[in-house]
Amino acid sequence: MTKQFELVVDRIKCDGRGLCAEILPERIRLDSWGYPIVAPGPIPEHLMGLAARAVDDCPVLAIALRRAQVQKQRPK
Amino acid sequence: MSAPQLLAGPDPSRGSERRAEHVARLGPLPKGGHALIELLVRTGLTGRGGAGFPVGLKWRAVAAASHGSAVVIANGAEGEPHSRKDRLLMTSRPHLILDGAMLAAASVNAKQVVLYIGEEHHAAMRSMSGALTERTEHERRMVRIVAAPPRYVAGDSSATVHLVDAGIATPTTTPPSPRDRGVGGAATLVQNVETLAHVAVIARTGIATDTVLITVAGGVRAPGVFEVNVGTPLGGAVQLAGGASEPVRAVLVGGYFGQWVEPAEAWSLPLDPHALRARGLSLGCGVIGLVPASHCAVCEVAGIMRYLASESSAQCGPCFFGLRALADACTRIAERGTDPGDLQRLQRWSAEVQGRGACKHPDGVVMFLQSAMKTFGDDFAHHPAHIRRSA
Repeated sequence: MTKQFELVVDRIKCDGRGLCAEILPERIRLDSWGYPIVAPGPIPEHLMGLAARAVDDCPVLAIALRRAQVQKQRPK
Repeated sequence: MSAPQLLAGPDPSRGSERRAEHVARLGPLPKGGHALIELLVRTGLTGRGGAGFPVGLKWRAVAAASHGSAVVIANGAEGEPHSRKDRLLMTSRPHLILDGAMLAAASVNAKQVVLYIGEEHHAAMRSMSGALTERTEHERRMVRIVAAPPRYVAGDSSATVHLVDAGIATPTTTPPSPRDRGVGGAATLVQNVETLAHVAVIARTGIATDTVLITVAGGVRAPGVFEVNVGTPLGGAVQLAGGASEPVRAVLVGGYFGQWVEPAEAWSLPLDPHALRARGLSLGCGVIGLVPASHCAVCEVAGIMRYLASESSAQCGPCFFGLRALADACTRIAERGTDPGDLQRLQRWSAEVQGRGACKHPDGVVMFLQSAMKTFGDDFAHHPAHIRRSA
């Protein structure tokens, strides 16, 4: 099984610049004050490239990809 | 009603109990360790700071991550505006708290103990530092006192670690939890001072304590702190506080992160952390607040919302902007009367703020507001314009 990843936002670092929502609107929308709301769950394979770009382009390094939580509970 | 267990002994209003009296009354400090952790797991003791986490499980986790260099923080920040019980305990039974902290240190293999005390709690600070001079040299070397600023979020466990480490009492992003990586990177046990006092009693008797400290505030004749048996009806605690001073509109159970309950339902509620949880309520930090029927519920809620919004540590956007927007909408309804648009915005913004802070501050505030809008639904739906300001 391929590794699954999800996006996590560091709420303290996040400044609400909104680039992530522009790059990956399929998974990220902005709240009433311009801060990202990330759809829960693993990122589908075909969006991984854009998710990685959202992470790389964040000017304050507030968003990251991490192994999806579900992965942890499943034995290999 | 059985005897008090934490406040047994001399009248708490006489101030700090000396060590000699404390030892004569309760006997020497027993040993901490693995057996005590398992005893705490069996007794089902839960934290009394607000979150109500099972104590034994927390100690187990810190002991496992300790590697002999853990830190214990005895949390006496007591930032909840109406709560007084931690201060009463610190000013009257300092050695019970120090015993609990020492037992914790021995059990989780800690080398340092921090007494984290609200900087405005002068009597508590004097009592705890005075008591420390009566302890053994080994204990005095282990313990230091850190003054916490008078902010609502200063009692958050990650904020206690942040202040000890960096002098800033704001929450930090978790994970890592202080349990895994706290003060100086070491596993850290953050435990409320009342909880530690319970541990000091349990370690001596070997059985669960069955009391809880309750602060009764608001519309009662004699507000104060009372040690009641677990399971005492809420109305019983109100009677100890002299009874309601006027007809009651609603009761806030568990402090500002608690829930509003109609009086008819409130009086019979058992003051028991587990039983309240089963009903979707929480004992929180043990504050019972009575709002008189003569007060405007919407104005009360708006005032508390403004306070809680101002207590955001302004680190996370959704909390800083969202809580302010929610408080402003409540205040508009309170001052200018109900506007359906504001009611919708309160619902939408609550959903947007929920779960979007580094700490639980925004979640607690949203829970408080949701409960208020449920209990005072009619008041929110038909509120007239007030000229008077509520605060």
